[in-house]
Amino acid sequence: MNLDDIKQILELMREHELAEFELERDGLKVRVRKGGPHIAMTPAAVMPVAIPAAVPAAAPAPAGAPASAGVVPLEGDQGVDLAVIKSPIVGTFYRSSEPGARAFVEVGDQVKRGQVLCIIEAMKLMNEIESDCDGELSAVYVENGKPVQFGDRLFAIKVK
Amino acid sequence: MFSKILIANRGEIALRIICACRELGIKTVAVYSEADEHALHVRFADEDVCIGPSRSLDSYLNVPAIISAAEITGADALHPGYGFLSESAYLAEVCEACHIKFIGPYPNVIKLMGDKARARKAMKKAGVPVLPGSDGPVSGEEQAVKVAKELGYPVIIKAVAGGGGRGMRIVRKPDELAKSLKTATREAEAAFGVGDVYLEKYVESPRHIEIQVLGDHHGNVVHLGERECSIQRRHQKLIEEAPSPALSEKQRRRLGATVVDAARAVQYTNAGTFEFLMDPTGHFYFLEANTRLQVEHPVTEFVTGIDIVKEQIRIAAGRRLSVRQSDIEFRGHSIECRVNAEDPETFVPSPGVIHAFSVPGGPGVRVDSYAHSECTVSPYYDSLIAKIITYGRDRNEAIARMRRTLEMTVVDGIKTSIPLHLKILNDPDFLAGKLSTSFMERYMQEKPAANRALADLA
Repeated sequence: MNLDDIKQILELMREHELAEFELERDGLKVRVRKGGPHIAMTPAAVMPVAIPAAVPAAAPAPAGAPASAGVVPLEGDQGVDLAVIKSPIVGTFYRSSEPGARAFVEVGDQVKRGQVLCIIEAMKLMNEIESDCDGELSAVYVENGKPVQFGDRLFAIKVK
Repeated sequence: MFSKILIANRGEIALRIICACRELGIKTVAVYSEADEHALHVRFADEDVCIGPSRSLDSYLNVPAIISAAEITGADALHPGYGFLSESAYLAEVCEACHIKFIGPYPNVIKLMGDKARARKAMKKAGVPVLPGSDGPVSGEEQAVKVAKELGYPVIIKAVAGGGGRGMRIVRKPDELAKSLKTATREAEAAFGVGDVYLEKYVESPRHIEIQVLGDHHGNVVHLGERECSIQRRHQKLIEEAPSPALSEKQRRRLGATVVDAARAVQYTNAGTFEFLMDPTGHFYFLEANTRLQVEHPVTEFVTGIDIVKEQIRIAAGRRLSVRQSDIEFRGHSIECRVNAEDPETFVPSPGVIHAFSVPGGPGVRVDSYAHSECTVSPYYDSLIAKIITYGRDRNEAIARMRRTLEMTVVDGIKTSIPLHLKILNDPDFLAGKLSTSFMERYMQEKPAANRALADLA
């Protein structure tokens, strides 16, 4: 890992408005954090992002059935694969299964394909949003309880 | 009065509704598909929510996404516009269940008038003349022959579940009936999944006359006169006008009163349009009712001075109609041209980027459009890019104004139907008011053959 790699990580973070980024390669671990001394999971502003790759059409979830999210793998330089999970529906974003409970996932967690990352409530139905890939959660874009629209970025996963 | 209305539509009608809301001091929420991210209705609404990808099914027809958008923005009412979900009793029901006021009739009325067979029955019962027909699907060739004989040829075979010209056949002679019945049934099965067909008397070269009504929740119903929409190609209206050059004052009053009685009988509320065929002898036959705002509503607004969308909002908010029948006057004449993004001769759609867009103003001109310079006309939705409406003291002035407006309109980058509209506006029959639903045949490239599928019937 050299200065160029770190510059590219910083560029990636700036481009995708990440608050935190972690990369492990060749036995070296790099973690870059924006802002204050503690781990702040500062969500970036919620806004629709124009992603060049097509998002697979995800049907809105019926009651009880888990929903799948659109995942767009982004090729960073130096082999960094970042998958961005975008909201497949309109609703309210919740990080845990109920108020007071632990969040489904935190930054730094290893997540698996099919694992529930969050709930989006729409029309009184709780839709579970699952990860489409294996990897490490490297960013959370939305604050708990905030509304999301179709296509809003929810999470970034560093894909293995 | 509502504080926030969600507009469940796009394009020019979304802008139209935003106009009414702004004038009434009501906040607006636009919903949009990914293709419409930069659309004007998104730009000019107070809030906006992306509800899905470009495909209509996933966005503008997506009830959960739309309702969810209303919930997260706290909208207390929803206007469905026209097309899309505007005649969806399901959407109206879900709105009701979620305490969002649906700006339109009640779900049961939408269902009633949306079922062609039930609507005919209800109208017949209310004293409205309906086109004589088999009153339900024909059970087979034997019954069809019997019914056709009673109605008298020519008759038309229509799909119970359908529309848009498919599963339809005109039969002029008894020996053609059996074959046409088989073909129509097959087409209906293929297009709509249901092979049931019914028979109706076929009116040769009818005029399409429709009556606009408004009903409030206090039992008041008025009619706003008629529109003539005979200039159609494959059931797509191209030019509409108010009043009809064919109706006398007496015919207008009688037809209007009949429709108001019928609307009362089915407890119709909010805006609606009752469509009729008028035969050459001046008889009217009920065709169907549209339980929503219509594309061509501006011509009625011009000749009556009434803002129909504002009335819709007021009615939904529980207010009484702002006019009584005796207050409504019809003054002057108005014409609308639907400018479509298509080749004016082949009718092939012409999506793309509009590089220059300019419509002249001047007296008596109204433009309802979502188009602007450097805007994208996407292929996912209908081809209507602008409605150009003119008003004049009489029909001649309205026509003259339309002609000069279209001649001075610039739409660069895509093809439009404007050259075709200008041809029609210079046609001697059009100028003489000699209209019928077969008018457009003279501009069709295909020559109608004797046994051919009925594509041009209206």
